[in-house]
Amino acid sequence: MGDKVFMQGNVALAESAIRAGCKYFFGYPITPSSEVPEYYARRAEEEGLVFVQGETETAVFNMIAGAAATGNRVMTATSGPGFSLGQEAMSFMAAAGLPAVVVEVMRPGPADGEILAAQGDYFQAVKGGGHGDYNTLVLAPCSVQEMCELIQESFELAEKYRNPVILLSDALLAKMRENVELPGRKEQNCDLSWALTGCAGRKHNVMTTCGDGSAQWEKYNLDLQEKFAKIKANEERWENYQTEDADIILVAYGSMARVAIGAMKLAREAGLKVGLVRPISLWPFPVKAFEGLGDKTFLVTELSAGQMVEDVKLTVPHKENVHFYGRLGGIVPTPKEIFEQIKKLGVK
Amino acid sequence: MNQVKIDFDRCKECGYCVNFCPKKILAIGSKINKRGYYPPVIDPIEECIACGTCAKVCPEAAIEVYKEI
Amino acid sequence: MKTIYKRPEVLTDAITTYCGGCGHGIVNKLIAELVDEMELREKGILVWPIGCSVYADKYYKMDAICALHGRAPALATGIKRCLPDKFVMVYQGDGDMVSEGMAEIMHAAVRAENFSVIFINNAIYGMTGGQMAPTTLLGQVTSTSPYGRTVPAAGYPVNMAEIMANMPGVCYSERVTVNTPQRITATKKALKKAFELQFENKGLSFVEVLSPCPTGWGQKPMDAMKWVDEKLIPIYPLGVFKSPEEVSAK
Repeated sequence: MGDKVFMQGNVALAESAIRAGCKYFFGYPITPSSEVPEYYARRAEEEGLVFVQGETETAVFNMIAGAAATGNRVMTATSGPGFSLGQEAMSFMAAAGLPAVVVEVMRPGPADGEILAAQGDYFQAVKGGGHGDYNTLVLAPCSVQEMCELIQESFELAEKYRNPVILLSDALLAKMRENVELPGRKEQNCDLSWALTGCAGRKHNVMTTCGDGSAQWEKYNLDLQEKFAKIKANEERWENYQTEDADIILVAYGSMARVAIGAMKLAREAGLKVGLVRPISLWPFPVKAFEGLGDKTFLVTELSAGQMVEDVKLTVPHKENVHFYGRLGGIVPTPKEIFEQIKKLGVK
Repeated sequence: MNQVKIDFDRCKECGYCVNFCPKKILAIGSKINKRGYYPPVIDPIEECIACGTCAKVCPEAAIEVYKEI
Repeated sequence: MKTIYKRPEVLTDAITTYCGGCGHGIVNKLIAELVDEMELREKGILVWPIGCSVYADKYYKMDAICALHGRAPALATGIKRCLPDKFVMVYQGDGDMVSEGMAEIMHAAVRAENFSVIFINNAIYGMTGGQMAPTTLLGQVTSTSPYGRTVPAAGYPVNMAEIMANMPGVCYSERVTVNTPQRITATKKALKKAFELQFENKGLSFVEVLSPCPTGWGQKPMDAMKWVDEKLIPIYPLGVFKSPEEVSAK
């Protein structure tokens, strides 16, 4: 493992990506993600990196697609508005099998919105903001440490399935400084025979997502569906806290999960048996996290008007037992505030 | 004798070869190809000077030209 | 027997989807000839657009990728930045480049990306059935300018070769056409120069090709070839608008 440092989320993430062998970064400045491109630009010479600032996120997402097509590790970091401009390319990368990594640092939408923490891009990231039937692995850390580990894993997972991976962060995780043990260096080792490098010594490779008649394009889609099914079957990730004896179970991810943990402690101290399910993979949604929890009352808390709550309702036996509490605009509720909501449920 | 080979089913009867042949010995043929076009025929082949213009203007790379030496 | 012309090696057996007499076909063939002659097959990546040439990846036995509409220069940036010593060619039509992807081509030029861009200007959207493009001429009738393109409705045709020539990041910009054997030879020369320049890392090389579109223009192929002379060339003059000699002379 690496050295222990006190480091800002964005910077620690960028350093961890560099250590994962991601030499290529294409980006466009947008608060609250700009420290990532800045760090890549600063470290470019020392680490032999290629940093390119593109003209728009629309272009940037196609640049990372191009770099990924050559088999090199590549990433970008953006926020909601930029991520929206990248959706056409997300659909393209999922269809063409291009393993790029996209960091989305959520901020309050819609439209221009604000720049503090939010989780209102859940649907866009999890359900797919681009056109057509496609999915991408979406990972949501809740600490700088976890973010550093997950960004390194994102490259391996992107290559494992030849599909883009989204690391969903938010302004809190991005901007706060925390103690973190930076992960070590990683080498890329996977089959790259599919990549575009010039066909010397092999059959030529072609990547096209232009259909050649409906029959061909259905077959192409069915192959894609197989890929997504594999991701779904293998990559559910979550962490449960004190759910074994809980009467009320909170469900929260990312920064919001840390607030939920605080509320859980307050409740426990007041004699209320409260637990927490913390999804880490948002797609695939961790259905297994809910197995064996029984018929409980759920309180889903998000920094949005309620998006993940729908997936919780789809997962638990009785959706009428699923309640929601959220804040908007960048306001992050306090543990006490959540604790009040827990008490309001009136569950003895 | 010089040779001009026309890939019968590749031709789309655009007429460029017919038009630009300096010897005017290409003409749209009467046999229809797989895609419903009438590829050109060379008549008389003896007058062909193997200049390659027909091959140069063909958008389908359907014509090959060989010169007798 | 001496071979005067043989079908290029790099070409597959596929029959192109281009209409009879289409300029794409001629330019595609010239690219194949140069790939053979300059031995680019094994070290090249072709980046194709969305448009009539969207299936061109099927015509060459070499690595290729089909970009999203307008995004080829961005996709190629990602590829070339990873593979600086490989040959990367971007091929686009007027709708793809001058409408959907205008930002992408302009900024590829801003960044002086070291790849070659072939721009097929046929003053119309071919694949989608003959709509107006930014390069459609004033007064030219298309399915979305049924009474002829007018300035109040759709502004002016765009001269890309001249625009590119004004970009410091562009080392070579020429406009050619393929409506006579001599000009096809000149086009091949221009393409070859662009391809060679790519390995001298002097910036973006740009060749605009005025191209007949019989179907889109509603004309027979030979009439379309004449229309290039009568209508296109007066608005889109042929010539070299920037060459490396000028660049190094500065």
